[in-house]
Amino acid sequence: MDNIAGTKSSLTWAVHISVVALVALWLFPTVGLFVSSFRTADQIATSGWWNALFPTEQSLVLRTAAPDAQVQEGAVFVIEGNLFAGEDLPAEIDMSAWGTSSRDVAAYTPGDTAELRDGERITVQANGDYRLESPVEMEGGRGQRIFVTAELPPDFTLENYQQVLLSGNATDSMAKAFFNTLTVTIPATIIPIVVAAFAAYALAWMDFAGRALLIAIVVGLLVVPLQLALIPLLKLHLGIGIGKGYLGTWLAHTGFGLPLAIYLLRNYMVGLPRDIIENARVDGATEFQIFVKIILPLSFPALASFAIFQFLWTWNDLLVAKVFLIDATGQTTVMTNQIVELLGTRGGNWEILATAAFVSIAVPLLVFFAMQKYLVRGLLAGSVK
Amino acid sequence: MNPAFQGLLTIAIGVGGCLSYFYFSNQFLDKVLFPAKGPNAGRNINRANLIRPWLFLLPAILALGLYLAYPVFETIRLSLTERETLPDGTTIYNFVGLANYSQMASEPKFWEAMRNNMLWLIVVPALSTAFGLLAAQLTDRIAWGNIAKSLIFMPMAISFVGAAVIWKLVYDARPPDTEQIGVLNAVYVWMTGNDPQQWLTIPFWNSFLLMIVLIWIQTGFAMVILSAALRGIPEETIEAAIVDGANPFQIFFKIKMPQIAGTIVVVWTTITLVVLKVFDIVFAMTNGQWETQVLANYMFDKLFRANDWGVGSASAIVIMLLVTPILIWNVRNARNEMR
Repeated sequence: MDNIAGTKSSLTWAVHISVVALVALWLFPTVGLFVSSFRTADQIATSGWWNALFPTEQSLVLRTAAPDAQVQEGAVFVIEGNLFAGEDLPAEIDMSAWGTSSRDVAAYTPGDTAELRDGERITVQANGDYRLESPVEMEGGRGQRIFVTAELPPDFTLENYQQVLLSGNATDSMAKAFFNTLTVTIPATIIPIVVAAFAAYALAWMDFAGRALLIAIVVGLLVVPLQLALIPLLKLHLGIGIGKGYLGTWLAHTGFGLPLAIYLLRNYMVGLPRDIIENARVDGATEFQIFVKIILPLSFPALASFAIFQFLWTWNDLLVAKVFLIDATGQTTVMTNQIVELLGTRGGNWEILATAAFVSIAVPLLVFFAMQKYLVRGLLAGSVK
Repeated sequence: MNPAFQGLLTIAIGVGGCLSYFYFSNQFLDKVLFPAKGPNAGRNINRANLIRPWLFLLPAILALGLYLAYPVFETIRLSLTERETLPDGTTIYNFVGLANYSQMASEPKFWEAMRNNMLWLIVVPALSTAFGLLAAQLTDRIAWGNIAKSLIFMPMAISFVGAAVIWKLVYDARPPDTEQIGVLNAVYVWMTGNDPQQWLTIPFWNSFLLMIVLIWIQTGFAMVILSAALRGIPEETIEAAIVDGANPFQIFFKIKMPQIAGTIVVVWTTITLVVLKVFDIVFAMTNGQWETQVLANYMFDKLFRANDWGVGSASAIVIMLLVTPILIWNVRNARNEMR
């Protein structure tokens, strides 16, 4: 379209800006979650994640060393040190103000000297060095409180991921749920492909009475809502003794994925060149050989498309897992369910929630960006027909 | 047994079982039942070819029948019965006619779910398609369009539950006079100076906030399909319009739109199907509180919290009825293509 006269108009800049705005709008929520997963609970609670990328002015409460560190210099007792020493803070801190009372946390600028009770005086420098002087011996177990306002550079942590993946804490842990999800997903992706491929071949390349009717039925089943199948199948699974568990979940995902699998694969296989198949038949190949040696390799793009669909769908599924998999013991929880439970029990703990959510969406995102070509191809084959 | 090992075993049994079923059943057909030799070779080959398609189809037909077709009829039956557990522990299903439906119709929550579902049905497909069309049209005209497309498309890969968490953070509210960590409240407080709002608890408008989540997910899908359709428009029609002096907006609305109308309908109906089944978003974000109930979540409520299979089945049938027009339309289209 680039070479059509008139398309390069004054609108081009407007187009660029609109697309930037649209993309920014679409990315913004996800980036928020991503950034939040690297912040501490305190940081998340006190400032919006969009502030995390820039240096922020923060108020810190620090203490001088305790009175037992004082030394006598002539007539005065002195405590010297650095406020930031021993604190978990970045190396370079630019202090803009400090104070000694919570009512006025920014009373002094760096270098000022403040008068305290009992004739004590304290001087604080921008780099955190302080000198506390007192005419009499200082007493008490703790040092003087100092409020510091400082510009802190962006600070990120991997603690949340450690907590969520490695801590082994039963309520927070996603590690087990991650493996459970994987256990559900892989068989539920592979088995329907095998079953559907054979059926699709029969529907595409074999002549028999009732073929058109079968295809129509598959198209119809494509849109049957999952909700309809829940109760009868649960009843069936409980009745034949499968109960709630992986086997039932695999079977359910296989059944629910089949219509799309058959539909996609048949549409693709119909388009394969007739000559190849007829030549093979003439050469005496059996239908089984034709299918395994010719059709399957040629259909790889369609197989990949469906595999991605089914993978994303089973990985992201909550409903099927809740109905067919997760029993009262909670041993077989999947990630989506774990996140919903976290929303209930730790609704305010965004650092855990964001990290758990990100762990669960990381794998689909990887698959998405790696296999986008096949996903798009599958979408086009599945809907525009 | 370790579930991971069990999973590997299932793959092996499932895949191996399928392949050996197909292999040995074909062998049996060709070598034992109707061997392609001897006096009846010709007739046998024909007979074998009559049976073979059904060998290939059998596993799929069994699975589809058991997991999709049978449940449709069973749900209809269950929606007309009441489950009862007898003192000796056996469960029986008493026929109660339409009692479950009338009970459902007398519940305000059901009508709330219906009303919300209707709103979802109008708003989500319309806005997703509109945004998708806009994105497709804009990204097709710039060099970095493919990157923009894949970023807008990305939410497709995110689970509804993950999306719910993402958007809950956007809608989060902190007490007044503290810094807001949800974007919506931060912008709202900054613009208006009012107190932050608990957005998800404000009836009526909160449904729209939930819809935004689904629109955010589905726009990418609409964009991908519509972008392919836009690229399929013959260039001659556009060139002719330019020669005749049409401006870009006229080209878009009068030349391109009519040519992709069929695709727009497909996108619209596909998103409609997603909307009818939407469950996870509502379940994770509000669980139907504050008047955000939808049918799929209502059904889940009935099924697992009220443990009422009768009304649960009846609400599933309502969803099925809403899907039926699309089902018929799809089947008719498919049949037309076959001819």
